[in-house]
Amino acid sequence: MATLLLGRSRSAIQNLLKRTALLSALTHSPPPSSSAASHVGCRYRAPPSQGNRSLAVLFPFSRHESTKAQIQLQQTHLAEDDDTQVQLDEVLDFPGGKVAFTSEMRFIPESAEKRVPCYRVLNDDGVPMPYSNYVKVSKEMAVKMYSAMVTLQTMDNVFYELQRQGRISFYLTSMGEEAVNIASAAALSADDVILPQYREPGVLLWRGFTLQEFANQLMGNEADFGKGKQMPIHYGSNKHNYITISSPIATQLPQAAGVAYALKMEGGKACAVTYFGDGASSEGDFHAAMNFAAVMEAPVIFICRNNGWAISTPIEEQFRSDGVVVKGRAYGIRSIRVDGNDTLAVYSAVRTAREMAVNENRPVLIEALTYRAGHHSTSDDSTKYRSIDEIEYWKKARNPVNRFKRWLESNEWWGDEDELKLRQSVKKELLQAIQVAEKAQKPALEELFRDVYDQVPSNLEGQERQLRETIKKHIGDYPSDVPL
Amino acid sequence: MWGVLRQKVCAGGLPGMYIRPAVAAFRNYSSSAKQMMVREALNSALDEEMSADHRVFLMGEEVGEYQGAYKISKGLLEKYGPERVLDTPITEAGFTGIGVGAAYYGLRPVVEFMTFNFSMQAIDHIINSAAKSNYMSAGQISVPIVFRGPNGAAAGVGAQHSQCYAAWYGSCPGLKVLSPYSSEDARGLLKAAIRDPDPVVFLENELLYGESFPVSDEVLDSSFCLPIGKAKIEREGKDVTITAYSKMVGFALKAAEMLSKEGISAEVINLRSIRPLDRSTINASVRKTNRLVTVEEGFPQHGVGAEICTSVIEESFGYLDAPVERIAGADVPMPYAANLERMAVPQVEDIVRAAKRACYRSVPMAATA
Ligand SMILES: Cc1ncc(C[n+]2csc(CCOP(=O)(O)OP(=O)(O)O)c2C)c(N)n1
Ligand SMILES: [Mg+2]
Repeated sequence: MATLLLGRSRSAIQNLLKRTALLSALTHSPPPSSSAASHVGCRYRAPPSQGNRSLAVLFPFSRHESTKAQIQLQQTHLAEDDDTQVQLDEVLDFPGGKVAFTSEMRFIPESAEKRVPCYRVLNDDGVPMPYSNYVKVSKEMAVKMYSAMVTLQTMDNVFYELQRQGRISFYLTSMGEEAVNIASAAALSADDVILPQYREPGVLLWRGFTLQEFANQLMGNEADFGKGKQMPIHYGSNKHNYITISSPIATQLPQAAGVAYALKMEGGKACAVTYFGDGASSEGDFHAAMNFAAVMEAPVIFICRNNGWAISTPIEEQFRSDGVVVKGRAYGIRSIRVDGNDTLAVYSAVRTAREMAVNENRPVLIEALTYRAGHHSTSDDSTKYRSIDEIEYWKKARNPVNRFKRWLESNEWWGDEDELKLRQSVKKELLQAIQVAEKAQKPALEELFRDVYDQVPSNLEGQERQLRETIKKHIGDYPSDVPL
Repeated sequence: MWGVLRQKVCAGGLPGMYIRPAVAAFRNYSSSAKQMMVREALNSALDEEMSADHRVFLMGEEVGEYQGAYKISKGLLEKYGPERVLDTPITEAGFTGIGVGAAYYGLRPVVEFMTFNFSMQAIDHIINSAAKSNYMSAGQISVPIVFRGPNGAAAGVGAQHSQCYAAWYGSCPGLKVLSPYSSEDARGLLKAAIRDPDPVVFLENELLYGESFPVSDEVLDSSFCLPIGKAKIEREGKDVTITAYSKMVGFALKAAEMLSKEGISAEVINLRSIRPLDRSTINASVRKTNRLVTVEEGFPQHGVGAEICTSVIEESFGYLDAPVERIAGADVPMPYAANLERMAVPQVEDIVRAAKRACYRSVPMAATA
């Protein structure tokens, strides 16, 4: 269990005590087990049958009963939450668990009275909120995280310019989402398998993918791990447990549930972590992923970067629910909403979610509220559909990098001189990497035919032979920069 | 409304800001050399069909406020309102199914895919519902719907954004599959697709949107429409037939130009319709030239060229003076790196060489391989 720091929110405890008391009064069940109690500060309610669950994993045949009991309890919670008159002795023994009857005809409202609050640790000025509970971060770790955020920011600025100059065909920045990128990566273990969308290069950066490796991919040169086969920004590296990015939106989500299932079968202590946007949550794949992850009890963390926009589609046109976080419960998945521009909040939430996923074999959904401060990509001009004031507000007043920096400064862990040195050295390293990547050879002709299959089949060998003969005869018709 | 629009355009205020600038302008200055971009051709076809039939509506990602990822729906939201130009959430399977349902119930949806690559998320609705419902209900449920968007190889966007779906959809009974090349094609075929009672897959090409083509007064008339299932002979010739569709028609025409300098007269057929395929035009041409080169950007196996070749072998075998030459994309997913990408798609030179081989002007490849 992650170390929880500082005073826990008083209201959280009161809330929990109230609910626990109510709960035991209603169900005559034993008080929550100790493992649940240690999560007090996290504001989630563990089902009181928690203790049975680990047994259930060990002895699958006993699982049915414990699951049933748990479902029954959860149903009573729901009824209690909704203030509905419940007649406990009259229950419907329905497949999957008992459901209480009520004489009150009441539709569940389309939205809760209050929106789900957003967990944050630092306020906009980088000052810790009173009573905030979060996972402790050492000076060394904090500085490393901040440096990575600055590196990501600088990388985005330089590569974006590079595309404007026509030296790469496409680029897409993570501006405004540096905290979600870096803090989530820092909270994970290197064994955890990442299935990214495309706006999470910070995770790869955190894991040690070098600026040279980024530049190689963007240039599609011989040294690129993808050998120039996948388009720019679609990074991937087995070494870093980072699955190569795929363009069709949301396909990574059910695949993450699949990876998590494989990890669980393997019996190790790792989870799958997948990232997606608010827009991606509209795809059917998102819903399939959530449902399956819950049913398969797969250790997967779903991190939604709700950044307000999906290209030009604002979230009001994407869904009418209270964001993405509320969808967790519909699928039986524990979930939390966090301030995605608060490095400490993201770090704490992901660390804690990871403990839950790995120790309890369960999916967790995290909705990080953030903002896409840049254009969607280099093919987009977002000032056509959103106001410059809105963009500027998020770039300045709600900038995640500045906020974290203020906290570092208030701890006297960071100063102007460090800042200057860091920015200069990152920029220098980047320019150097670009030079090297630009000079490198393009992928050789044979790469065209390799990796379609595990082994190059004879028909492709034939095509390659034919192509080489044609080139030999008509050398003038072919580009001179292809190493033959 | 029209008067106002024309005035705005003619006043030279902000050309391109208002609906149908191109068409309006052409109508005002009716001179002989009229040019129209494919983008404008598609836009004006949509506009005219929406104004002619209130059941026609457009739906897709970013089609309204943003005016389409490639600006094909420019001005339509302003003119027809959000009930007929619908921005959808990112749920291809969802809005395709919604479109099919709306067509079941009497509307005439035009569903835009940001690219046909994303129609893969929705292919069940296209193939298992749109294409088959009329048959399975014995004609009780017709599905007058158009699925449209850019198809085929784009530039520098890799394997998942660059592939041709002509052969995929072309193999499915119940669908009609069209693939325009010029502005004339784009206007005439899109109008035909929207008016057609059956589901039509309409495969555009991103790289052609910005290209201009000459158009006649007839093409600009709002009643203009092309027949589905008819190919067009773009250039007459007597030595070799070259079939192509979409962007490859332009390549074939360039190749024909180069061949003419070497004394080879090539006939270029723009297929326009992949399904139904205009077998009679193709066979008539081959019976005249006795030689055939098929050109497509898609994968070779089970492709459009393979189908054309079979048709010619079945119907005109005795007329062939040379083996059929098939030019297609390489049998690999599209690589990103520009140098490899160029190798993976047909080039004009490939067509020239194939035509020469067919005319015995160079050693056939088979002899050397
Ligand atoms: C299946 C599919 N449909 C459409 C697209 C085109 N597309 C690319 S990014 C994008 C928006 C995604 O928005 P969101 O998930 O919110 O991520 P963000 O860009 O905001 O990080 C769309 C529609 C796609 N890549 N794949
Ligand atoms: Mg988004």
